[in-house]
Amino acid sequence: MSLLSVRDLTVKFASRDGAMAALNGISFDLARGERLGIVGESGAGKSITGFALMNLLSKPGFIDGGEILFEGEDVTQMSPKQVRDMRGNRMAMIFQDPMVTLNPVLTIGQQMVETLRAHRNLSFEEARQIALVKLKEVYIPSPDERLDQYPHELSGGMRQRIIIAMALLLDPKLIIADEPTTALDVTIQADIMELLLEMCQSNQVGLILITHDLGVVSQVTERTMVMYAGRIIETGATRSIINDPQHPYTQGLINALPQQTPPGQRLKQIPGAMPTLSAMPTGCPFHTRCAHVTDECKRTAPEVSQFGDTAVACHEVHRLQRDLPKEVAQ
Amino acid sequence: MFAYLVKRVFQAIAVMLAISLIAFAIQGNLGDPLRELVGQSVSEEVRQKLRDDLGLNDPFAVQYLRFLGNALQGDLGTSYFFKEPALDVILKKLPATLELVFGATVIIIGLSIPLGVFTAIWPNSILTRIILSLSIVGLSIPVFLTAILMIFFFSVELGWMPSFGRGEIVHVFGYWETNFATKDGWAHIIMPSIALSSIMLPMFIRLIRAEMIDVLQSEYIRYAQAKGIAPWRIYFVHALKNTLLPVITVGGVQIGTMVAYTILTETVFSWPGMGAMFLEAVNRVDTPLIVAYLIVVGFIFVLTNTIVDLIYGLVNPTINLARMGA
Repeated sequence: MSLLSVRDLTVKFASRDGAMAALNGISFDLARGERLGIVGESGAGKSITGFALMNLLSKPGFIDGGEILFEGEDVTQMSPKQVRDMRGNRMAMIFQDPMVTLNPVLTIGQQMVETLRAHRNLSFEEARQIALVKLKEVYIPSPDERLDQYPHELSGGMRQRIIIAMALLLDPKLIIADEPTTALDVTIQADIMELLLEMCQSNQVGLILITHDLGVVSQVTERTMVMYAGRIIETGATRSIINDPQHPYTQGLINALPQQTPPGQRLKQIPGAMPTLSAMPTGCPFHTRCAHVTDECKRTAPEVSQFGDTAVACHEVHRLQRDLPKEVAQ
Repeated sequence: MFAYLVKRVFQAIAVMLAISLIAFAIQGNLGDPLRELVGQSVSEEVRQKLRDDLGLNDPFAVQYLRFLGNALQGDLGTSYFFKEPALDVILKKLPATLELVFGATVIIIGLSIPLGVFTAIWPNSILTRIILSLSIVGLSIPVFLTAILMIFFFSVELGWMPSFGRGEIVHVFGYWETNFATKDGWAHIIMPSIALSSIMLPMFIRLIRAEMIDVLQSEYIRYAQAKGIAPWRIYFVHALKNTLLPVITVGGVQIGTMVAYTILTETVFSWPGMGAMFLEAVNRVDTPLIVAYLIVVGFIFVLTNTIVDLIYGLVNPTINLARMGA
């Protein structure tokens, strides 16, 4: 049984003009200890997916349908108490900006101890000892002192390390990391990613890494899922997604990487911008920006089809794959 | 910490000097003190002599410096009406006013925090709408009207509450007189305290509500939810502390303002405090008493603000008082 199994998850945002879909029935699985990257532009629905898994969508967002089976239980059907018992305990989350994630008026120790005591019957002293051990595991120097410090006394990198330690406090089965290094200094980003990878590997924790940094994805994850306008358009082994992208959007993303362009030349960008929720085009949502657009793309949204170890939602790819054997035969 | 304290004390002194200058400058524009002192039947010659004796013909700067010198020795002039040192007159009235302000402060703190938090957590509840509507009413009715209405209903019509004075007071610590020692004293202070709090309480409910709503949208609250923390702990540990930090600073200023508001409340309830006394002093053009009152109120204002700033620095971990002195 997979650790996480998402089926037809739809998330909508209530607005004056009716509910608008931010996630259009996405489905994916995650095995125990597996590391999955979710990539895509801002607004593709990556973070919404992460928060939906935690049942932590902020209003006016809400889950409109589908199921999220986590260790066999449907998160969307859980009572508030059950959700609370799951959060931070079996499924933990690492937020984007460590500068605003920690409560400024509570010490690091208070924030770690309360997490432990929310889920386990521990005394303050016992909880503090566990917190201390976890801080040591993420290589925090003089952890005893840190426990009594306030967030503002620590650097951004240090805070994100502490947040990683907090995510590991209760030995969760899954960690959702929402752009954990975006807000950090470039020199620290690699350290934090390495730490996250090491922690997931040594503790056998599944990881969903939400990011727009393809370099990070290839460094950390085994599988990658590319999202566009609230849909999954391509999934597969990270290696094949990076080296042999099928979907024109994924190709565009890879081509846009600065390494793909010789110094001095303009970076190759994907023309146009992602459609907004209220102005979603018919058919394939990417057709307005796609170089291979056909009439079919404008009419119907492509299904996800499996080709080798990647699954792609694109008419053009489907056609190529259909025609390829014939060409080879000729 | 010590350096910060010294800095604050110097600031306070500067403010007090400014207040004293303004208060003293008013003095020369409040009519002729001679008329109040000797009446109209005294000849011009005697008046001139009295003016010389009182130093009223000296240049302004000389008069002001003399006033400051005396003030530093605790002499704020002599009340024309009471023929007593003005400071003594005020200090005798001070306990009544401070107890009234204290009563109102207790009401404000005791009600604004729970109501503010409630209306922030359940913005759509019917109770929230009722509280917010009432707070608008409270904000818009002037204190004296609230006081008169309360007297009309609870004293005149229903006869439940005494309508004026302090009632039975008890001397404690030698000089202080308190309302809080007897049942009669309690009965007398309740309505004036409510009247005095009637503007500040709604304001604080709204302030706390707005702050709390803001705080509840911050990332660290969402993170606390993601950690599986119980809602009551998120509200009262994570959110409330962050909510109250800015409220403390506003609150400090408002306590000072409330001392000034007592003028209305005390007058309506014939409360024998320094607010009512000030109004009488104005009617009698008792200039030294007016000036002394302004200075004492200014002093209370500066004192509460300084104390509140120190408390703020101690409560807010992101402020380092030791470093702020540098």
